[in-house]
Amino acid sequence: MPDVTTLIEVLLIVIKVVVIAMILFSLPMPLTWLERKVAGHIQVRLGPWRVGPHGILQAVADAIKLMLKEDITPDKADKFLFRLAPLLALVPAFAVFVTIPFGESISIPFIERDVTLYIADMNVGILYILAIAGLGIYGVILGGWASNSKYSLLGALRSSAQMISYEIAISFAAIGVVMIANSLSLVDIVGAQSGSILNWNILYLPVGPVWFAIFLIASLAEINRIPFDLPEDEGTLGAGFHTEYSGMRFSLFMLAEYVAMVTVSILCVLLFFGGWNAPFDMPLPIPPIPAIFWFIGKVSAFIYFFMWLRFTLPRYRYDQLMTLGWKVLIPISLVNILVTGYMRI
Amino acid sequence: MNLASLNINIYSLLPLLMVVGLALFVLVLDFFIPRGGKRALGYVSALGLVCILPFVPMFIETVPSYAGFVIADTYSAFFNVVFLVSSAFAIFISIDYLRRLGSESGEYYYIMLFATAGMMIMASANDLIGLYVGLELMSMSFYILVALRPGKGAEGALKYFVLGAMSSGILLYGISFAYGFSGTTNVNEMAAIVYRLPDNNTYLYLALALIGAGFAFKIAAFPFHVWSPDAYEGAPTPVTALLSVGSKAAAFAVFLRVFAVALPAFHGQWSDMLWVISAATMIFGSVVAIPQKNIIRMLAYSSIAHAGVILMGIVVNSSAGASAVLYYSLVYAFMNVGAFTVAALASRGDGGEQLTDLRGLASRRPWLAFFMALFMVSLAGIPPTAGFMAKFFVLASAVHAGYYWLAVIAVISTAIALFFYARVIFYMYMRDYEGAELPERSLFTCVTYGVVLILTAVGTLALGVYPSAILDIAVRAVGPLFTI
Amino acid sequence: MEQLFFYIFSIVAIVSAILVVSVRNPVHSALYLIICFLQVAAMFVLLRSPFLAAVQVFIYVGAVMVLFLFAVMVLDLGKERLKDSMHSQSILGGALAIVLFFIAFYLVYNGDIVAPLGAYTETALMKNTEVIGAALYTKYIYPFEVVSLILLVALVGAITLVMRHKDN
Repeated sequence: MPDVTTLIEVLLIVIKVVVIAMILFSLPMPLTWLERKVAGHIQVRLGPWRVGPHGILQAVADAIKLMLKEDITPDKADKFLFRLAPLLALVPAFAVFVTIPFGESISIPFIERDVTLYIADMNVGILYILAIAGLGIYGVILGGWASNSKYSLLGALRSSAQMISYEIAISFAAIGVVMIANSLSLVDIVGAQSGSILNWNILYLPVGPVWFAIFLIASLAEINRIPFDLPEDEGTLGAGFHTEYSGMRFSLFMLAEYVAMVTVSILCVLLFFGGWNAPFDMPLPIPPIPAIFWFIGKVSAFIYFFMWLRFTLPRYRYDQLMTLGWKVLIPISLVNILVTGYMRI
Repeated sequence: MNLASLNINIYSLLPLLMVVGLALFVLVLDFFIPRGGKRALGYVSALGLVCILPFVPMFIETVPSYAGFVIADTYSAFFNVVFLVSSAFAIFISIDYLRRLGSESGEYYYIMLFATAGMMIMASANDLIGLYVGLELMSMSFYILVALRPGKGAEGALKYFVLGAMSSGILLYGISFAYGFSGTTNVNEMAAIVYRLPDNNTYLYLALALIGAGFAFKIAAFPFHVWSPDAYEGAPTPVTALLSVGSKAAAFAVFLRVFAVALPAFHGQWSDMLWVISAATMIFGSVVAIPQKNIIRMLAYSSIAHAGVILMGIVVNSSAGASAVLYYSLVYAFMNVGAFTVAALASRGDGGEQLTDLRGLASRRPWLAFFMALFMVSLAGIPPTAGFMAKFFVLASAVHAGYYWLAVIAVISTAIALFFYARVIFYMYMRDYEGAELPERSLFTCVTYGVVLILTAVGTLALGVYPSAILDIAVRAVGPLFTI
Repeated sequence: MEQLFFYIFSIVAIVSAILVVSVRNPVHSALYLIICFLQVAAMFVLLRSPFLAAVQVFIYVGAVMVLFLFAVMVLDLGKERLKDSMHSQSILGGALAIVLFFIAFYLVYNGDIVAPLGAYTETALMKNTEVIGAALYTKYIYPFEVVSLILLVALVGAITLVMRHKDN
């Protein structure tokens, strides 16, 4: 019989995994509703309104609709890959959360032990996230290829070229942060930014804001959101790589996309905005705000920011996209690496 | 690890750094030179190499530097001279060759310089990892250079690349076994460990076989030669010249260094393996060269046969054998570059270099035919040329060490080889000229080719008539390999 | 426990490697290669080298294979069956590979690895990334810099060959 502590450890990990998975699975529902609401208000209309108060149940209705819809597999498709592709998109999006910390640790009264708010503090955390997030592209490529349709194939081609190009810039930005924090572990990176707002990487002048800009632009391209959503450019490609998908499989792709957006928001917060650290010490005698709320607040702000961008900016042209990646972001990154290195000596 | 133990010594790398610096300089210069004037880059590269040449013997550091990765001993200096000379020649004849081909470009020159740098890294490598990265730098450059010939280049480059990548894999696999066996990749440390151990560890046999196969690929020894005729034929002819001379010499340099310094305790095992490869290569190269219609392919198979002969010097594993290898490499650089220069000059347009193109060359271009004849005589190994002396030294060391059968095979293969070398001379002097007129050459062309031809011819003759000077240097150069 | 995982990973790696060369569709072949790479990454984790594992996934699976699939899709190799372009050499090649395998197996089985084990303790390996970084910038600085030259040449070469093709 294994001793009780090990058992509890294992149990805790299982509980954490289940909780995170449940949150991630249910998160797209409020997010779709929110996105449509934001879109509506930016475009001076109401957005969803009919189902429930302020259309709040619209997302539930959508989910039911997607589940009940017929699941079509094209006749000439590569059946196995066609079915595998949505899962290949989804699994990396979830796997990233293994190493994402939501806070340091909290003590739970009943079992009298501190519980860390992350599943694993890998010493190569950031590298792991970049590596695993990069695998999400296989869902796009194989989905596009297996559909055996020209729109899907073109969408997949665009997507793979785009993601490969911007992965370089995003890694450079991550390297910049690693150079500043002297660690690849996300917990350490956040720890290095504790204290006050002045320690946040975004305010590590002059390189911090540049890294943040590079990271933001590159990750927008990486998750295929406007203004870089060329792979699903309705005007020229139908719906891009998921043109042939319907029903549940389609919703898996959507789910992966929303999770990716959340991941990017979280990464922005962890790498540049101090993670769960408060911007300043509360001078008032009120009880301090728990770290997790700071974290959620910052992440929510970023999610809103991405939605805001989506309904504000027009779409880039494909050659402009490539030019921006290769001829602007990468050279700037290289120079910035030098400057950061000089500052860290 | 403290920094002092690394022995950072910039002087041990200076010639290499100069070549890399020259390459980077040409790379940057390329941006500022308009499309039509790229030949200037050729002059800069060739003259730069000539200027670097005197620095090579000046920086001899007998202690390994950079944590044992680099050793700038007399041995590597000798090979560096071979590389710089052959590379300067090759770049010099490229200038006109590229103009005729209509594909002048700046990349060609600096990739050629990077290839030279790769060879220098190999020659001064004292560690299997350093050796491997040098080999990759050289090979990578050659993959690109071979592909630079419009039309035919792609096929040759693809074959070279696919087989080259595989051979690199085999070499690395062998290196990993050697590392697993000894726990080090450093040549000296490995030698020390190997001496202490019982010599029947089959684990190292595998390392020997795989590393040997990887090197044999680079020197195009039978049965790892299949890439070479296609790559040689497809490449721009000056690249072929450098490929057959420089890359082979570099491979021999590491071959000798690894087998003679790191694994002398296993001489009994690896010499048997190389004995077979050497004999097979000599016979195969000589026999298959006979039916060739294309002069480049013929020279490719001739080059395979020569590799077999040079390999004998490694099999022997003595100071005499190793110095013969060095001497042979230098001589081979002169005569083979010369032969390829004539081949580049005598070919008509882009129709390939057919042997029949040489018919009646003596009546049209007596000097050209004379030079070609001289190089053929030397390649065949007839006195008083250097080719004879080189073969003589290798054979003498083999006989001295008791490898009688190998020497006999070498003599037989030389006799066979005489046939196809003589046929070139026969075509030039005994056949009448037919077909279209040779295109007129400008004065500029005559001068550049003339310089290269005269220098290579002088080298071929001088080394044959008065070999002792260079041989003495070669004997001294291999000293560091056999003192430990 | 660890050995069990090692055998699982290696068996999957070997099986997928065999499938890479035996399936007929290039895209499926690439997929099996990805699986094989992932197993290798897992083995790096077992060897206490999470950095190499992450890099393996990042570079080979995340970048190299994506470009490979990209090329396959652009050239539309999916419809062309590889077997059509293979001659009867596959039997000979397979036989040769098996013979080589048995020779290698025999030599490895009879030999013994006498090299001392790695100098690093479990605690030192926890700082895996630092160990690798320090080694790269001290002991291995020379090959490290040469590799940068190789990358430069490869970069220039790739661009040159493509642009040249475009001119014609």
